[in-house]
Amino acid sequence: MRSLPSVSVREATGPTGSPGQPLKHESAHKHVSGEAIYTDDHVAPPDVLHAYPGLSSVAHGKLVKLDLESVRRAPGVIDILTLADVPGQTDIGPVYPGDPIMVNERVEFWGQVLFVVAATSYDSARRAARLAVVEYDTLPADLTIEQGLAKQSLVRPSHIQRRGDAECAIREAPLTLEGEIRSGGQEHMYLEGQASLCIPQEDGGMYVYTSSQHPTEGQKLVAQVLGIAMGLVTVEVRRMGGAFGGKETHANQWACLAALLARKTGRAVKLRLARADDMTATGKRHHFMSKYRVGFDRNGQIHGLDLSLSGGCGMSPDLSDAIVDRAMFHADNAYFLPAAHIEGHRVKTHTVSNTAFRGFGGPQGMLAIENIIEHIATTTGLDALEVRKRNFYRAEDGRDITHYGQKIEQHLIAPLVERLERSSGYQQRRQSIQEFNVGSPVLKRGLSLTPVKFGISFTVQHLNQAGALIHVYTDGSIQLNHGGTEMGQGLYTKVAQVVAQELQVDLESITCTATRTDKVPNTSPTAASAGSDLNGMAARDAANKIKTRLIEFAAGHFGVAAGRVRFHSNRVSVGEREFSFAELVQMAYVQRIPLSATGYYSTPKIYYDRDKASGRPFYYFAYGAAVSEVVIDTLTGEYKVLRVDICHDVGRSLNPAVDIGQVEGGFVQGMGWLTTEELVWGKDGRLETTNAASYKIPAVGDTPADFRVELLPDSPNVEATVFHSKAVGEPPLMLGISVWCALRNAIASVASHRLSPVLDAPATPERVLNACTDLRRRDCS
Amino acid sequence: MIRFLLNSVEQLIEDLDPNTTVLDYLRLHLRRTGTKEGCASGDCGACTVVLAEAREDQLRYSAINACITPIGNLHGKQLITVEDLKQGAVLHPVQQAMVDCHGSQCGFCTPGFVMSMFAYRKTHAAPDRESLLEALGGNLCRCTGYRPIVDAGMQMYEADTGDSFDASADAVLNTLKSIDSNTDEVFLSGNHKSYFAPRSLAHLASALLENPEARLVAGATDLALEMTQGLEEIDTLLYPGLVPELQTVRDTGTALEIGAAVTYSQFSSQLCAEYPEMAELIERLGSLQIRNQGTLGGNIGNASPIGDMAPALIAIGADLVLRRGDAVRVVAVEDYFVSYLVTVLQVGEFIERIIVPKARAGEIFKVYKVSKRWEDDISAVCGAFRLRVVDGKVAGVAIAFGGMAEIPKRAHHCEQAMLGQAWAESSITPAMAALAQDFTPISDFRASADYRMQVAGNLLQRLFLETQPGAATVRVRLYA
Ligand SMILES: Cc1cc2nc3c(=O)[nH]c(=O)nc-3n(C[C@H](O)[C@H](O)[C@H](O)COP(=O)(O)OP(=O)(O)OC[C@H]3O[C@@H](n4cnc5c(N)ncnc54)[C@H](O)[C@@H]3O)c2cc1C
Ligand code: FES
Ligand code: FES
Repeated sequence: MRSLPSVSVREATGPTGSPGQPLKHESAHKHVSGEAIYTDDHVAPPDVLHAYPGLSSVAHGKLVKLDLESVRRAPGVIDILTLADVPGQTDIGPVYPGDPIMVNERVEFWGQVLFVVAATSYDSARRAARLAVVEYDTLPADLTIEQGLAKQSLVRPSHIQRRGDAECAIREAPLTLEGEIRSGGQEHMYLEGQASLCIPQEDGGMYVYTSSQHPTEGQKLVAQVLGIAMGLVTVEVRRMGGAFGGKETHANQWACLAALLARKTGRAVKLRLARADDMTATGKRHHFMSKYRVGFDRNGQIHGLDLSLSGGCGMSPDLSDAIVDRAMFHADNAYFLPAAHIEGHRVKTHTVSNTAFRGFGGPQGMLAIENIIEHIATTTGLDALEVRKRNFYRAEDGRDITHYGQKIEQHLIAPLVERLERSSGYQQRRQSIQEFNVGSPVLKRGLSLTPVKFGISFTVQHLNQAGALIHVYTDGSIQLNHGGTEMGQGLYTKVAQVVAQELQVDLESITCTATRTDKVPNTSPTAASAGSDLNGMAARDAANKIKTRLIEFAAGHFGVAAGRVRFHSNRVSVGEREFSFAELVQMAYVQRIPLSATGYYSTPKIYYDRDKASGRPFYYFAYGAAVSEVVIDTLTGEYKVLRVDICHDVGRSLNPAVDIGQVEGGFVQGMGWLTTEELVWGKDGRLETTNAASYKIPAVGDTPADFRVELLPDSPNVEATVFHSKAVGEPPLMLGISVWCALRNAIASVASHRLSPVLDAPATPERVLNACTDLRRRDCS
Repeated sequence: MIRFLLNSVEQLIEDLDPNTTVLDYLRLHLRRTGTKEGCASGDCGACTVVLAEAREDQLRYSAINACITPIGNLHGKQLITVEDLKQGAVLHPVQQAMVDCHGSQCGFCTPGFVMSMFAYRKTHAAPDRESLLEALGGNLCRCTGYRPIVDAGMQMYEADTGDSFDASADAVLNTLKSIDSNTDEVFLSGNHKSYFAPRSLAHLASALLENPEARLVAGATDLALEMTQGLEEIDTLLYPGLVPELQTVRDTGTALEIGAAVTYSQFSSQLCAEYPEMAELIERLGSLQIRNQGTLGGNIGNASPIGDMAPALIAIGADLVLRRGDAVRVVAVEDYFVSYLVTVLQVGEFIERIIVPKARAGEIFKVYKVSKRWEDDISAVCGAFRLRVVDGKVAGVAIAFGGMAEIPKRAHHCEQAMLGQAWAESSITPAMAALAQDFTPISDFRASADYRMQVAGNLLQRLFLETQPGAATVRVRLYA
């Protein structure tokens, strides 16, 4: 470049895009016009092949015959990949081994990949994949948590957290209760299914476009299955059409298989799963069974809790260790447990390996304790909200240490709940609902306020790090790259806002570039809600480095004190002089100042000693609460959510529009998990609900007509997070528990709240009706 | 060949596999990748595109699912996709409202929502929340929780400017009319398969007689699933949608005669005027996209045990006119279904029209659909009731259920238990008990057999409660 680009001198208007503004999603205009490119939309090389897996049709068995002759002869078929063709490693377990890339001898779930066929079109590959002749020696399959537990068949050892002598506390408490509750799994139902496109490179390398939350892991596994160095593999993710945890580890297999076929054929290969196969062959939220014994007093205050949480993990460990841990970490929700014994079991079943899903076990743990609170409320005759308040963590009386030893430092839950109780008119509505129910034999209303306290950080310590890369070009435009992936949560937007703020430039001058393993290496998954905490800080670090260099340069060049170089509104003042950002950048370039920088961040303060089951696994907690009101039909079990009020803590919001979007979307998704989203497996271990026709996520009419969402004002994070914001990806999902509790509350009115309903999740109309019928029967006897 | 407009450009296609869906045509053949595939089964709306058709000198816009529409069904229509909305750098008011309301997160559902909203804006002078929700019921979003999308739907009217489609409407109308007036045969063939759309009843009847293996494809909302999900290849497709007789609703004074190829969206207002209780059922039958395509003939022809129209039509006492060549016979809907997916339809025979008797004075008609989700879900149980009470006694009753047996079926024992009895709480219990003689439902992922039995009985209670004067509502959806 000989001459520098001309720069337009902008008015000093104040940069558009600093944190705190409700800015639009950086891709919004591309979303609405169909211009946003997803993995399957990339222009592939003209000779691209389409790969499709052949899936097992038993849940457990020995593979005795795999005859692929008719597959090979099918129209359009170019090649077939079997296990024998894998040059490198064949296990793609992300943390522990256990996930064979294709079945070796033993099939461990219905839908496991047996082979992959590559053909000239998607249709012919799909058709061919169905033609294999397969025989199995079928073995008995464990399909339920009970079956696995009975055999002590676990994918990972159990873990116990204890404080004090729970047994004794329960025994000596004035009142005790025991019970159990099950919660179902949840299909991610990201609108964009799993997809990868692999293009062979020179030196045996591979370029991978994939819809993945964890490009680095994809890179590592592609390298391992190909038997090449990580440095030869580049993974690119511009955006995903939703992920929710379902593309954290479960995106890898498809990228690996496509890469293997690309290597084998020497051609670009695309692998995209059709919805039914996506739902069959990829993991879901863990279903859970929890058993509890709790001791408490007439005031509803808990004295001791003995809780066993068993997660149905499917056939392999995947991330189940950390997921069941997180369930255990959230079995207190917002409540102080003076004495507790909490066990977590990772139960093996012959079903697809369950995986990360927004909340990562937290929701399951929280549901267990909220059910216990409800049970205590019925027994004591207290309103459940009163029971909740009496058990909240508080700074006084030493009630501020969790059962795993972390001190609660920011006591937000009580004031937040009080605010919501008032703003939602909880008490008046409780009154009017009681009156309504007395006079209404068929329709019953229910109301519930439930809190959320959610720990932020990866509980695996080393994942709490991030990198970023910023380039400033000589026209003043900026490219921003970081290790986080964009799945709709607005991460790119927020991180760009951070950079805009640091450099005091317009958001429009920053281009968010696709996440790529050759730009920022060794990244963590975009998960655990930590995306903007980690990547925002890393990008800030990078921006600061460039800013510092520019300040040093300007101060030296113009002979002013560094303190007199100020960035503001797309401009830089250097003493009495003023330049546009681009002008200063050009001067710096000519004076050979580097205009590119990497940034890095690692979360301070956190540790967890698993042997002692104690530590500070979370940097901080995010809080929220929701009040839901429902009406149920006791003849059919049908119901409707009438009104929802939410108050949620996001610290000092980086982008209120994005945050409200996360709160609302998370709530609705949590509500879906607990209401209409029911996964049903046949006795043969085949998933029967394999499409959107049979698996019902909330539709537009399920969103409460009266939906009032507030971000808790004036509540900066006490920790030094990016602009004192808080993570928001996962916590709101658990606000959906209020709907389940409200349904439970409505059902309880059938027996005038004298008896505690038994309501497993999801509370489908059928379960609601059964719970009503059961209560009526118990009430009579 | 088939002829249609891709936005403003006329497409003439003769040689293309007729099993190709509009979605694959767009994404694979034209590389217009703005339209997304989320499910390929009509359930998510990510693939929503808009069709404009010439009706009574006007363009009628409707949203459809591209993923389950065979390409041949585009003949004579204008196809509008998300790429067509933006003019230069200027977003369409619908798109702008979505941006302004933060209506997209991951953006994958967004093109589909934009197109549903575009069709809504073209068909409604002003927005109202209820009809907007109905229009968006077939579009799933997993990210937003929908609130901002609904806001955008209300806000898109704020820019009350016309759009490029208004400007070109006359030209489009003329082109579509000229396509329609051309009498060339409408056919498509490729990959050893063919698609044929006869223009007369006689022609359709003879074509079906001559090609007994041919499959009728009306809205394709059922048939296409055999292709996209079952991966079946259907060699010969016959489209009845261009036959005038099958496309009309006739009021004979005593009955509505609904042509088999009339879509829900076209016949529902007339049917619901006669039977207001049908409105809720039809609103919940599939999604608007499905109702814009799906036909009554297809619903009956499909013979699903969980089809929603059959129980209602059986309770009403509707008849079918069946045609085979020149031979025509009339069969009661009730007698049409024989056993699981088996009907009285003979080879080469098809449903020509459905005769729905008008509501009779003094009769009560109710139909209740129970499913996991309110919108766009398949019934666990669907119960339809026609009742005449004279002097406090049940003087006439017809009850039919879907989801309770291998075919949609009448509840004769239950009816017998009610007939002649007082219409009182006391006679509901024996009627509920009698249902056990009528049905032994199955358990599946939608519901257990026990639940189905219990709900079927409880719907009788609901019926009783709803017929009591001045009774408060007992339906959650009506409760506000
Ligand atoms: C997402 C989705 C949701 C749905 N929801 C519902 C629902 O809630 N309730 C419900 O009842 N249905 C539902 N359906 C099923 C379907 O939409 C309806 O049954 C519809 O009415 C079928 O009409 P069609 O014109 O699309 O039929 P097509 O798919 O064109 O045809 C269906 C079958 O009927 C045959 N057929 C068509 N016309 C005739 C004729 N004139 N004579 C004889 N046979 C004929 C065809 O050969 C084919 O076998 C749903 C479908 C989808 C994809
Ligand atoms: S892709 Fe889901 S409805 Fe068409
Ligand atoms: S924005 Fe992601 S599915 Fe709607």
